Amino acid sequence: MSLLDRHVGFVHALREAGLPVSPAEGLDAARALEVIDLAERESLRAAYAATLVKRPSHRPGFDTLFDLWFPASTTGLQAAREGGPDLETAAVPELRDRLAELLLEAGEANEGMNAFARAMVGRFGRQPAGPGRQNWFSYPVMRALSPETLMARLLAEVLGGQERGGLAEKVARQRIGENIGRFTEAVSTDVRRRIAEDSGIERIARSTVRPPLEQLDFLRVTKADLARLRREVHPLARRLAARLTVKHRLGHRGRLDFRRTVRASLSSGGVPLTTFNRPRRPHKPELVVLCDASDSVASFAHFTLLLTYALREQFAKVRAFGFVDTVDEITRFFVPGADVVEAMTRLTKEADMVRFGRTDYGHALEGFAERYGDSVGPKTSLLILGDARSNYQPPALDTLKRLARDARHAYWLNPEPTAQWDTGDSLATAYGGVVPMYECRNVAQLAAFIEELA
Amino acid sequence: MWFASPADASERLSAVDYLSDDSISTSVFLAGALGKPLLAEGPAGVGKTQLAKAVAETTGARLVRLQCYEGLDEARALYEWNYKKQLLRIQAGQGEDWDATHDDIFTEEFLLERPLLAAIRSETPVVLLIDEIDKADVEVEGLLLEVLSDYQVTIPELGTIAAVRRPYVVLSSNATRELSEALKRRCLYLHLEYPTPERERDIVLARVPSIEASLAEQLARTVATLRTLELKKAPSIAETIDWANTLLALGRTELDEEAIGATLGVVLKHASDQTRARKELAL
Repeated sequence: MSLLDRHVGFVHALREAGLPVSPAEGLDAARALEVIDLAERESLRAAYAATLVKRPSHRPGFDTLFDLWFPASTTGLQAAREGGPDLETAAVPELRDRLAELLLEAGEANEGMNAFARAMVGRFGRQPAGPGRQNWFSYPVMRALSPETLMARLLAEVLGGQERGGLAEKVARQRIGENIGRFTEAVSTDVRRRIAEDSGIERIARSTVRPPLEQLDFLRVTKADLARLRREVHPLARRLAARLTVKHRLGHRGRLDFRRTVRASLSSGGVPLTTFNRPRRPHKPELVVLCDASDSVASFAHFTLLLTYALREQFAKVRAFGFVDTVDEITRFFVPGADVVEAMTRLTKEADMVRFGRTDYGHALEGFAERYGDSVGPKTSLLILGDARSNYQPPALDTLKRLARDARHAYWLNPEPTAQWDTGDSLATAYGGVVPMYECRNVAQLAAFIEELA
Repeated sequence: MWFASPADASERLSAVDYLSDDSISTSVFLAGALGKPLLAEGPAGVGKTQLAKAVAETTGARLVRLQCYEGLDEARALYEWNYKKQLLRIQAGQGEDWDATHDDIFTEEFLLERPLLAAIRSETPVVLLIDEIDKADVEVEGLLLEVLSDYQVTIPELGTIAAVRRPYVVLSSNATRELSEALKRRCLYLHLEYPTPERERDIVLARVPSIEASLAEQLARTVATLRTLELKKAPSIAETIDWANTLLALGRTELDEEAIGATLGVVLKHASDQTRARKELAL
């Protein structure tokens, strides 16, 4: 493959993975290739990143594709190492010793670890996949070497007799954990490279790149994703708040500012030639959030609650209620300055939201109307979060109608794709007929909705 | 040419105590070689502004800085007519006819240069730093487009002024809002993150020369651990350096639990962050 073909193919693959690369940016990248040393792989990567990737959330996908299209050179590396065991023949305990060494010394961009990972994939990663075919996997490598089980030994080595449980252990544990992560990543990168060699880059590229964070489906997030999402809450809230204030400022002008107009008229002999208006008061809705806290939509509800709370200053007042089959007010867990993670754990532990443990929208709505009905008034926007799956219980549509009538606005955010609405026990259309229902599957959709709301 | 290669950029930046990594040095080199503006984005205190200063210092160029803020407009960013002086000129030249006066008051003499125009017209090499572009209003981005893609400024009364020599442009942003696609497309993008512990240790050693290497190492590792906690505001590089100075001033040579507990306020500035750190690190 010529360099040009490779460049074009790479840009194409980036677009396919959802990165918005414009033709002008592609040209910039090509121009950058002319002036840098192509043999330096890391500066090639940096040059592509600088010209093509303009959002941090797109970077992981970019790196995966870059490793596929511009794989590290693998010739003559194994032979160059001295001192260590022969990676082709050494027994597993020896290999684990070598890995332990690497995990202690490694920093970022460690060539030794990458070479080791490549050799290990070569030895352990091959598995027969169907008659006459082979495929590459990372789990046999991790099973053979099991780096996690080295942790105790490494900790003992680093701490060298210092007391356990203190800060030193925490710092060491974090560093080793990071290096294990690096090793895992190096192994899966090499596995992907080998698969690409066997069956073509395009095939593997399509299946390995995860969507960027803001496109991640709420219902499919892993625990690690959720932590990353939580970390995004404050930056996202800040960005949203900035955009919301801009919108307010550009809004229509409000009532006449009498004082300023008269003051200005003095310079024209008391004739008000120019008038001044007061900027219109921004409308701040009171927000009542009623959210389904059952496990099936937990990550969605958590993130949405956190975001509305981070955006507190955009709303005059926020109250939150959670339910599984009974309603409880959960506002108290979100006091200003409260710790995010702690609020979430306390919420699931302490709030009284479960009676039988199966989601029951009808009972929850009735309970809400009865106990907290007065929280919904003519200034309130009512926001309901949930998948509208009620386990075939009566829906209590009339109660919802009454609530929707009392509120200024009512919205329903559903984390399920529209195509799955009304399947099984979903009451999406029934509820959607009373309260406008929006699909809200990822951060991008949620941000768009909040912008509309405030 | 600003830099000969990424390696050259890295070397010359470290000569002025700015330690770069691969992506920084390559982007800095490319911005010079391709003549494109460099947009540096990242959390507060990772050295975005410092990067522009370091480039200016190491290349011997003059640094022109445009600090963005809400309400920044053309008159503050680009140019303004010195109308007081124009009024004086008109009064002084009473009796002259209109054309002569008109031609006279719209000349160089009455033009007030603002940073963007100053950078464009400079005869000597200039590093133009447009700082915290995310703080400015969206309209300012539109204003920048002409300046940054063609390096020229149009003044209706004088015509178009093109750059004598292309300035080296660095834009910095804290990402408090999304910049427009049009602006991003015209820039090289550099996402600056918190450095690795190794790099941070070297930065501390470079900026606080009197500190001991072992303490710097401990400091960098501890800060890295703090950053992995889910904090509202993770400690920045500047705060790590402050911390190093604090420890020196207190005469500490060891960063143990007690020293951290006593000086945690230097790096964590939210009450809830401090509580969280104390709990997680068992201080």
